[in-house]
Amino acid sequence: MPDAQTIAIDPPAAENPAVGIDQSSGNFSYEMKYEFDAGSGLSERTVDYISSVKKEAPWLREFRMNALKTFDSKPLPTHWATRDLENIDFNKIRYYLASGGKPKRTWDEVPDDIKRTFERLGIPEQERKFLAGVEAQFDSEAAYSNIKDTVAKQGVIFVNSTEALREHPEIFRKWFGKVIPTGDNKFSALNSAVFSGGSFIYVPPGIKVSHPLQAYFRINAENFGQFERTLIIVDEGSEVTYMEGCTAPKFSTSTLHSAVVELVALKGAKIQYITVQNWANNVFNLVTKRGLAHEEAEIKWIDCNIGSRLTMKYPGVVLKGRKARGEVLSIALANDGQHQDTGAKMIHAADETTSNIIAKSISVGQGRSTYRGVVHIPRHLKGCKNNTECDALLINSNSRTDTYPAITVRGDRHAVQHEASVSKVSEEQIFYMKQRGLTEGQAMSLSVNGFVNELARQFPMEYSVELKRLIDLEMEGSVG
Amino acid sequence: MATQATETQAAFGGFSAELFSAHAAGQTAAPSWWLERKRAAYARFASLAMPARTDEAWRFSTIAGLALDASRKAGPVELGAAMPVPALAARAALTFSGNRLAGRGQPPPDLARQGVTVETLSEAVLRHPDLLREHFMAQPQRLGSGKFAALHEAFVQEGAFIHVPPGVEVSEPIVLVHRAEEGPSFPHTLVIAGDGSKVSVVDLFLAGAVPQRTALAVGANDLYAGHGAKIAYAGVQDWSRETLSFQLNSTVVRRDASVQSLNIHLGGRQARHESLSQLQAPGAFSEMLALTAAEGSQEFDQRTLQIHQAPNTKSDLLYKNALAGRARTIFSGLIVVDQDAQKTDAYQSNRNLMLSDDAEANSLPGLEIQANDVRCTHGATTSRVDPEQEFYLKSRGIDPTRAHELLVFGFFEEVLNRLGDAGIHGALTEMIVAKFKGLRSPHAR
Repeated sequence: MPDAQTIAIDPPAAENPAVGIDQSSGNFSYEMKYEFDAGSGLSERTVDYISSVKKEAPWLREFRMNALKTFDSKPLPTHWATRDLENIDFNKIRYYLASGGKPKRTWDEVPDDIKRTFERLGIPEQERKFLAGVEAQFDSEAAYSNIKDTVAKQGVIFVNSTEALREHPEIFRKWFGKVIPTGDNKFSALNSAVFSGGSFIYVPPGIKVSHPLQAYFRINAENFGQFERTLIIVDEGSEVTYMEGCTAPKFSTSTLHSAVVELVALKGAKIQYITVQNWANNVFNLVTKRGLAHEEAEIKWIDCNIGSRLTMKYPGVVLKGRKARGEVLSIALANDGQHQDTGAKMIHAADETTSNIIAKSISVGQGRSTYRGVVHIPRHLKGCKNNTECDALLINSNSRTDTYPAITVRGDRHAVQHEASVSKVSEEQIFYMKQRGLTEGQAMSLSVNGFVNELARQFPMEYSVELKRLIDLEMEGSVG
Repeated sequence: MATQATETQAAFGGFSAELFSAHAAGQTAAPSWWLERKRAAYARFASLAMPARTDEAWRFSTIAGLALDASRKAGPVELGAAMPVPALAARAALTFSGNRLAGRGQPPPDLARQGVTVETLSEAVLRHPDLLREHFMAQPQRLGSGKFAALHEAFVQEGAFIHVPPGVEVSEPIVLVHRAEEGPSFPHTLVIAGDGSKVSVVDLFLAGAVPQRTALAVGANDLYAGHGAKIAYAGVQDWSRETLSFQLNSTVVRRDASVQSLNIHLGGRQARHESLSQLQAPGAFSEMLALTAAEGSQEFDQRTLQIHQAPNTKSDLLYKNALAGRARTIFSGLIVVDQDAQKTDAYQSNRNLMLSDDAEANSLPGLEIQANDVRCTHGATTSRVDPEQEFYLKSRGIDPTRAHELLVFGFFEEVLNRLGDAGIHGALTEMIVAKFKGLRSPHAR
């Protein structure tokens, strides 16, 4: 196995295995002087401040103000979601922190403190190795944003939300807020009011972007709320793979991350969106992600949740055009003090659309993982198919898992199946491996890796290697 | 103020304090503790809100269809073909009509000798107060119908009480008939099987002779299987097509006991069935079966909860729905495994057979697992009749309509075949066949 991953960028090496999905590697922060600070709490003034700093057009300011009203009017969804949401103090959160200036195109221009952060997380290293473009967001704004010349020359646009809506409204305004309307849920409304940063991508017709584009989201400040906004439009027959990673230091107070991610795959386009979520486990991670797949288009969410205190995230695909395909592959790992409430939504809105959901979760210690899903096939369609598989692995006797799917099928011309199972690591397997000289911990890791292997194989190599390593780490001390 | 009055009207649906007082005053023979329970139940009914759109327990239900109506509005309605009285009804040990005892069958002579009690609720209130206090609606309402359970308890007038002493095996099934007449029905069945006993009970819920424009049925049944006891229960709901029906079941299964319950849903306009199975001690087994034949604009709403409260318990649920016309079904099931319930073996399966392009099936199969050494799986499928199987039958010279019918029957046979008693199997099949004639797919023609 090539051992390129262990190159130390910043000693000690053990703390930083490259891709930043080692849970401990993100646990550091630097003192920062922020030039722009919207203060704590949320009001019209906060929204005004953000809109003014960004020198936004009046329509956008109005969009934010309306969203704030929607956010205020919506109750927390605790009639179905966990009451842990009530522990978010919206008045203590800082909604906008930035150092000012445009994102830099080279790492040399990035201020030292911020550069040090991303170097420790291995981002420039990764960029050199296998990425077509990188955006690195530090609190509210991107510190660095670059796209390889070859890709830019193909007409691919890869910028942050502020720049996109200012420089390319003709491309982005058409779909902005259309896949996920402001009022979709309380947190999409919150994001719509205070969003900053994120990636806006446009791929022109007939372009297959050969290497992935990547965004990296970093929370540095305490009590900070990160609200990035991502919109990816892939024109007819084009393809793109997008990856995002994230970390935050572990502060004693809780932090909020609430993103909105909209994908639009036009006729025959393909989007693959890969997330490796590794927030510190004091972060509330409440994210709305949805894609719109036109005729014969394909949207695939690969969603891996390892960090955070509470994650609520159900990536969805609206299958709008005939023969569109949607897929969600999800891996969740919940350890002590964590609740991974994840899942998928598949809305079939055209004939012969197909969707596939495969979710695997592992609960360790007192961790809780929840699968929540929606599959909806309305009246008068024909030939729609959905397949859903949810498998949960419980490691300890007090680990917990829940499954809450909701499937609606109208009409007699579809085929829908849902299966779920809950199991523990097989004692026979562990016994066999121990008999062959493995320790119980090693046997456990191997077994858990086997459980997710089928999905992990579909990740880019760098990610699946890291996932394996992380599982080994999490399994240490879980046995006995 | 006007809206407040409307809200009050919606919350009570005519079941006013005056109506309750009149009902209570009519219970002249009832002891005071019983009336006290009914008063408390009425207060609970009055204080609880009607289900709302945002209640998770009522997700996908047609909330507007739940409006209660205490009034008696007889005819005129369109009369369908008169439903033949099922053969089983002739064997009824107790027949209730319009909330009153209408007939008592000749009990097999050995029943009394064995000490088996088959009597009415009003008799049991006087003769077996301790058993009633312990078992009558004693389990928690966890599936959303607390208000309707309270309504039932407040207004229940008559019902069946079956008690089988420890070690006694009843050979013949005990058949009970509940026939609706004018006004709301509150059928009740309580089965208490003592340790090591064995009993089989069939409940038939049938439409009355007088057609009604609106009808309401709020029924409840409690099944209690003591250590090592075996209960086989079958309920067939065939109310009129105007009926709003609630059936609230609770099943308690003790050590090494087993309960098999099969609910067949044929009638009603909108029918909600809730079934709570509690596996309370090691070795307990609950088998939960249901068949629904939905057509026209019928809505069948089934909610189940399998709670594993002790180690080494087993539950197995299979709910099958066939949907024709513009019918809707909702299946919402939850398996809960408590922290101490290691070695649980739980299964839950919902199969929907779509026979029309306008029917709608909703499935919410859920799991909440807090123990790790368990085997829990669930599955839900929604599909049409397999065209390959249909083709095969047709290629063998079987008429297309007949082929389709055979396949739909085959779909239900998987459940009916689990019944132990051949006589009941035959009688229930006959009842389903009558309804099935209406469940033909347009594709078959």
